[in-house]
Amino acid sequence: MKKITFTSVLSQLLLLFFVVAWIVPTFGLFISSLRDKDVLAISGWWTSFTTTEINEIYRTEGKDAQIKDGNYYFIKSNLFDGGQEKEIFRFGVTSKNIDEYEVGETALFKDQTEITVFENGDYVWKSKEEFKKKKGKRIFVSAKSPPSFTLDNYKEVLLKEGLGQAFLNTLAVALPATLIPLIICSYFAYALTWMKFYGRDILLATIIASLVVPLQMCLIPVLTIYNDFGALFGVSAKSFPGIWMAHTGFGLASTTFLLWNFLKTLPSEMIEAARVDGATHYDTFIKIVVPLSIPSFASIFILQFLWVWNDLLVGLVFLDKHPSEIILTAKLKELLGSRGENWEILTTGAFVSMTVPLFIFFSLQRYFIRGLVAGSIKG
Amino acid sequence: MSIFSLAITVLIGVLFFVAFFHFSNFLLDYFRVRASKKFALENSIRVIIFIAPAFIVLFVFILYPVFETIRLSFYDKIGENFVGLYNYSWAIKDPDFKRSIINNLGWLIVVPTMSTFFGLVIANLADRVWWGSIAKSIIFMPMAISFVGAGVIWKFMYDYRGPGDQQIGLLNAIAVSLGFEPQAWLTIPIWNNLFLMAIMIWIQTGLALVIFSAALRSIPNETLDAARIDGASELKIFWSIIVPFLEQTILVIWTIITILVLKVFDIIYAMTNGQWQTEVLANLMYDWMFRGGGDSGRGSVLAFCILIGVTPILAWNLYRHKQDQKV
Repeated sequence: MKKITFTSVLSQLLLLFFVVAWIVPTFGLFISSLRDKDVLAISGWWTSFTTTEINEIYRTEGKDAQIKDGNYYFIKSNLFDGGQEKEIFRFGVTSKNIDEYEVGETALFKDQTEITVFENGDYVWKSKEEFKKKKGKRIFVSAKSPPSFTLDNYKEVLLKEGLGQAFLNTLAVALPATLIPLIICSYFAYALTWMKFYGRDILLATIIASLVVPLQMCLIPVLTIYNDFGALFGVSAKSFPGIWMAHTGFGLASTTFLLWNFLKTLPSEMIEAARVDGATHYDTFIKIVVPLSIPSFASIFILQFLWVWNDLLVGLVFLDKHPSEIILTAKLKELLGSRGENWEILTTGAFVSMTVPLFIFFSLQRYFIRGLVAGSIKG
Repeated sequence: MSIFSLAITVLIGVLFFVAFFHFSNFLLDYFRVRASKKFALENSIRVIIFIAPAFIVLFVFILYPVFETIRLSFYDKIGENFVGLYNYSWAIKDPDFKRSIINNLGWLIVVPTMSTFFGLVIANLADRVWWGSIAKSIIFMPMAISFVGAGVIWKFMYDYRGPGDQQIGLLNAIAVSLGFEPQAWLTIPIWNNLFLMAIMIWIQTGLALVIFSAALRSIPNETLDAARIDGASELKIFWSIIVPFLEQTILVIWTIITILVLKVFDIIYAMTNGQWQTEVLANLMYDWMFRGGGDSGRGSVLAFCILIGVTPILAWNLYRHKQDQKV
């Protein structure tokens, strides 16, 4: 047992502070995505774990709902649309005095009609004369709302806001944009490591230099090539194969560099022995190098996949904003502009876009970290 | 598009490349066996098969565009007429450009420093407690999510409601409970840059943390124990042993984050789009790529400025690579 010292307590507290500060923003987003949208708009997410008192406005039904009973006309209904677990404790009928009456008491409107509101939202509205107005009256209630969570926001976002389609689009961009560079770079890195040819060193230096070339340097010319290509063949300049190749290009240097770094650690005797036995470079590559490189492939796959999944800029430039092509990050940015105040849409949308990265993070963290530590310079 | 047609497209795209390598090598082997004498060209052709696809992609997407962008920076908005240094003189006079340079410099100073510092401190703290690996996992997590996702997370933290209303943004709720007025954080010039930088620090601290954690394990325990026996305080050990020992690692992390910060785009674009004096080079460049039908000359000048920013690091990487090759 280590003894408990002042320093160790202090470091635990300090670390705890960092952990809390780092997790709270994401946690708040997650909790908010599970809350009812009306409650979310008027109270902080940290209040959602306790029973809260909220003030709300509801409207009674209009003349269509009235029934005649004896000398009186009645409208009997429930203020809530049903399904809400709120408990009313006070109510009012004017905006000046929103909690004038205890629940169960009878309130008098200006037009001499009477209303009684009960705890569960039921109300009885009574009048001597027939109700004439189509619209009902406003009722102000103070209610206690127990903690409640719902998946409604997810349904709304995935089906109505088109995030479900954007999710599929992102997948259709990210998988090939990860696999294609992995395939062509593994051959390339093999050639750079084990084949002798003129200009190899210059090619390697070019890869190292390309590692840090900012993406912005390439956008305008590549877009021009795409536009010319599209015009020449009468096809759209923005397409899935187009963005796969763009991501392949922008991820090529880092993928090659990481693979080269790994391949050169393989024992050269093994490769040379295979060559002496008459195996071609292709056989050596497929039968010896690839099986040995699986862990490093996994790391690189994860890095590139997350990079593509999380990318916004390439997706904006090389894909249409049309629902059938838009990717998650671009869609999320669009929602930030158009639905900036609809936090139920934004928080849920953001969380949907984070599901795949978080799943990879928690299940394959080891490979992810290995890849990052191996050298995470990306152009 | 339906799931099915998307899946087919994806499959064809990937299989195309697998098939290319398979059949080209198969053909080569076929002719090699058929040839009576030793097939002299075999090796050269094999090299070409191995490097051609990657090289073509490298050329089309990186090498050619870099030089083309430099060329375009001397041409007009549609890239047809030579205008000399006109785009550069425009940039120097442009207030947005000046603002971007100042902001980028701010980002360059604050973000790498803070991320590296937090990463180093947390790596040290986490090494001492039994729940350190959980703590590291949590702080590392933002690395996995997108800048736009992080943008939404923090926009929610910074949310602003009028003074009378319930605050739903955590930062304003804290401010109000401490007796301050709520603020629309992202619209306060100068300070809003710090609130945007906080997002990047929040993300990149995790990167620094994992790399430092790996490096910390290489410090010999004897050295640390010896210092403790001699009565050195933990703070003294941190500054006089650990920090000097990790000098190389600190430098590496610094450069990685610096490169990233020079290109920062998503956060600005999603949060403020350069309003309230938060403009940065990458966002301004994107803006000019499409503003008024697009101005490739001005866009290229701005991209070139980012390249100039990373050039020292590029040169340093090449130098180190050359040193490694010699050994």
